[in-house]
Parts: sequence; C-alpha cells; structure tokens
Amino acid sequence: MRKIIYTLLFLLFSQLAQAKLEIEIIQGNASALPIAIIPMQWQATDPRPQTGVAEVVSSDLYRSGLFDPLDEEDMVDRPVDAESIRYGTWRLLKVDYIVIGKVKDAAGGTGYDITYQLFDVHTQEALLSQVTTVGLGDLRFGSHRVADAIYEKLTGIAGAFATRIAYISATGVGNDQNYQLFVADADGFNPQAVVGSPEPLLSPNWSPDGQRLAYVSFEKGNSAIYVQNVATGQRELVSSGKGINGAPAFSPDGRFMAMTLSASGNPEIYIRDLATGQKRQLTQHWAIDTEPVWSPDSQWVYFTSDRGGRPQIYRVPLTGGNPSRITLEGDYNARASISPDGTRIAMAHGRGNEYRIAVLDTNTGRVRVLTPGVLDESPSFAPNGSMILYATREGDRGVLSAVSVDGNVRQRLILTEGDVREPAWSPVIR
Amino acid sequence: MNTTWRFLLALVFAVSISACKTTEPETDTTATDTTDTKPATEVTTAAAPDPRDYTDARNFDNSESLLSKRVIYFDFDKSEVKSEYRSIVAAHAAYISAHGSARVTLEGHADERGTREYNLGLGERRGNAISGLLSAAGAMGSQLDTVSYGEERPVCRVSDENCWWQNRRVEIVYTAR
Repeated sequence: MRKIIYTLLFLLFSQLAQAKLEIEIIQGNASALPIAIIPMQWQATDPRPQTGVAEVVSSDLYRSGLFDPLDEEDMVDRPVDAESIRYGTWRLLKVDYIVIGKVKDAAGGTGYDITYQLFDVHTQEALLSQVTTVGLGDLRFGSHRVADAIYEKLTGIAGAFATRIAYISATGVGNDQNYQLFVADADGFNPQAVVGSPEPLLSPNWSPDGQRLAYVSFEKGNSAIYVQNVATGQRELVSSGKGINGAPAFSPDGRFMAMTLSASGNPEIYIRDLATGQKRQLTQHWAIDTEPVWSPDSQWVYFTSDRGGRPQIYRVPLTGGNPSRITLEGDYNARASISPDGTRIAMAHGRGNEYRIAVLDTNTGRVRVLTPGVLDESPSFAPNGSMILYATREGDRGVLSAVSVDGNVRQRLILTEGDVREPAWSPVIR
Repeated sequence: MNTTWRFLLALVFAVSISACKTTEPETDTTATDTTDTKPATEVTTAAAPDPRDYTDARNFDNSESLLSKRVIYFDFDKSEVKSEYRSIVAAHAAYISAHGSARVTLEGHADERGTREYNLGLGERRGNAISGLLSAAGAMGSQLDTVSYGEERPVCRVSDENCWWQNRRVEIVYTAR
C-alpha cells in the first residue's frame, strides 16, 4: 500500500442516488505503524461478501494516516489462530502488529460474529481478543468497529470509523438545479439521499444521538429549519418565520437548538427548547450574528459576528450577557467547529481572497492554518477529535477533504457527480 | 441638466448592452423566418412609451427605461447601494408607489467567498438596503418583501472577480405589477 497512491474507487448504489466516491491520501505520515490484517476465515452460512472484513479494516486504518497496512499480496502466510503465527516471518516483513480473525453466524440469532485478535509481533503478546456481533446487513459497520478497537488500542484515542457523514450535493444549472442532503458511512460508502429539493439545502447538523439531522431548506421560497429522522425519513418543520431561519445547532444534550433568526430585522442567535417550542434571544446587535455552536460543556455559545467590522468568532455565556471576541488574527474568521474536548476551535480563516481551515488552540491562543486551499470552508471535527472534515474547491466544483488536527495527513473524498459541500461528521453511533 | 445627462448615459449603456446581447438571435431568426418581420414592425410603429415614465408598466420591457433594469450590484462584504444604482432604485420606487397593487420581492445574493450562513445574512442586508431606499421614496412596507439566498443561487460559477461581481446582487422581482 505504500508503493502507489492508494485509491479506493468504488461504485456505490443507493435507491435514490448513484454516486461514486474516491478517497486518496494527499499527504501521508512517514511514521505510520506497519500492521498486517490477515483476511478472516469465512465460516458463516451466507456466501462470503466481495469486500471482506480485513479489507475494510485495512482501508480504515490506512485512511487515518497513522497506519501502514501490508498489501494482501505481500502476505506470505495466512495464520488462522495464535499458534500458527510465525512471528519471525512477520518481523522480516517489518510488520509490528498482526490481526487475525474469523466470521461466523451469530451465536443467538441472525447476523455475524466477528472474532478477532491483535498481536504485537515483537512481544508476541495478544493486545486484543474480542467478538463483535452485527446484523446481517451490517458487516461493513462491524468491520469499522473492529478498526475502531484496533485504532484505540494502538493510539490511545477512540476510533471514529463506525460513524457517518452528512453533506449537501448540488447538481445541474439554472432550472435543472437539484440539491440533495446525503448521509454516508465515514469512509464514503452507502451514500443515501435523505432529502432532495430543486431549492437550496444547507447547514446539516446532527443530533447528539446520531438519529436526526437538522438542516435549512428553501423549498417554501424562504429559508426554513427542519429536523428529520435519518432512518425513517419522518420530519418536522422547526422554524419558518419571516426572514432568515438558519444555522441550526443541537445542544450537546439534544434538548435545545441554537439557530439564527432575522425576524427582528437582522440576524440574531436564539435558543429554542425543542420540547416546548419556546425560544429565547441570546444576542442583540445590529450586526450579522450567525453560525452558533455549543461548547461541549454547554456553558458557551460560539458564533460568527461582524459587529467589529469584519466577521470574527465571538462567544457568549448560554445564560446571556456580553459576547467576547475569540479570534484576533486574520480579516475573516467564521463558522466555528469545536473539538470534543473543547481545546480547539476550527474555522474558515480568510486572508484576502484565500480561505483556509485554521485551528485556534484555546489554551495558547495560537492559530494554525491546516489546509492549502483557496476556498476552504465548513470545518467539522471528527467525534474523536483526530480529523477535521471540510469543503474545498477543485476547479469549479466542490469536494470534501479531511485533515488531521496536526495538519500532517490530508485525504480527499470526491463525490464525482455534483458540487459537494457542507460536510458534518456524526457523533459516535452506539 | 443632470437628469438629462443621466438619462443619456443610461440610454447609451442600455443600447450598447442590448446590442451585444441580441446579435446572435437576430441573425438566426432573419435567416429562418421572414414572416416574423410584420409583428416586429407593428411593435415599433405602436406609440412607444416614454422611457422616463416610470409609472408605465410597458417600460419593464423597454431596454431604454430604467424600469427594465432590475439587478443592483454590490462591493464585496458590503451592502451600501452605490450611487450609480440609485436612479434605478428611484425608478422602481416611482412605479411601486404609483401602483398600490404592485408587489416586489428583493432577492439578496452574495458571492461564494466566506461562509454560507454569514452570506445569508449579507444577502439579507443587501435586500434590506434596497427595501429601505424604496420605502424612503414612497413604496409601502406591505408591498415589499426580502428573501436572502446567500451564495446558494449564483448566476456565474467561476472563482474570480469577473464572476463574483455578478453574484453580489439584489434582484428586484415583481410578483404583481
């Protein structure tokens, strides 16, 4: 896998959309951990799927930039249990870790049991020995869980492979324009159109349980906020007042939603109680106040405001009060995304005509620019804080990319059809 | 004097724009269909509206009249209405205040630079700037509506200033005349 630029090129089909995703590492990491994921023994009654568990696990680990999985064709040996691992051989292949396993029918019901073990080649110690049980259609999801467990064991950070991403795709021009909100696995597989409209769709935001998406739709002629259940498609109109109804953001406990409303004459941040429908105005200024995000501890709401002349990030206590400015560098800082531990703020950072993704370290106040694009926007932290998904431009179309928080690993996800934008990384799905 | 100059300038501008815009279709229609010349002459011989009569609805399609101009352009991240567009806004204000049944939606737009939700706010601010001028010149608040599309409905999709200026706009859309 290290010899050539590794490209996953898959044809993906869903009932509503035919999409093609391509993932490639643009900038790798020289210190990636060498690991061998041995193809797993297939002992289930159903026929073996085309893409095996080991292949999905290898791809996940490779995409993280922290691992260098051995190519299947370079595996001189395929051990099936701990006793048959010849450690000397793997040491010669310069492999540090090895994973073996098997897939069987689930013990009590329909589905599969993925039984796997992770060994340290040098100490010959079993680091992991686990069984993951998944439903019949969820083998890929189960494979992502295996990758999550291996990732966590070897890096000390929870994995974020068994998660999903939402994004907006626009196709066509003029009267044939069509906007779709998609949900796909974090590796780009299984894209499903959640909603489609000839009028603009924007600003997808996940509920903290990963079951629902809030978004803005112009289907009624003006912006309106909807909340839709991803699995059932059932949806609810949350806000369609005069003026802008935008930038929905679920609170960490899922009970409230921050949003931008301009019924008062200009955009202000409001907090809505989703159970009662009552709303409370949080900001009050003639400037544009928008793009609210919650701090993980729900003490603060960060937002974009041009009250100082140009758009910058501010924060205000959830209980109200005077906002304070957070970003001091650069002439345009907007649309914050906060890391799960609250120590980093990613944002669209503009200088002149160039917009890049930058991260502000809240402890040191230091700003680091992570991406090389000219029109990068919409950063969204992975639920484990390791990567930031964002929208960038290639020629005249939008594509999605992800960058590690240290800026060392970048990967590109291209939906080959349409202008793709506004990625939102889901929370961890339990 | 001042208005005459402005009118002449507008006329020259309008003629030059319509001249380059219509070159292609004109050669096409004359080559294929000669019977179309009759209705065309009828239109030109009918009493042409005075292009400066901004209460005359026929001027919406009269390229010599400011009423035919219904797009106002803005500077980057700005919502001030530039002086060269004030006469267009004034012409529409004259029409709207003279026709109580007229209804107008001001569709505000931004270029692709900057974030989408901020640009929704910016598009609205631009729409409100035009709405404010129309109101000040006699239009009723009930006749005016503002919708911001932010950067979601560009007319041009190339990432340079030649394209961006066309997207930073307010479209004056009559839903009733």
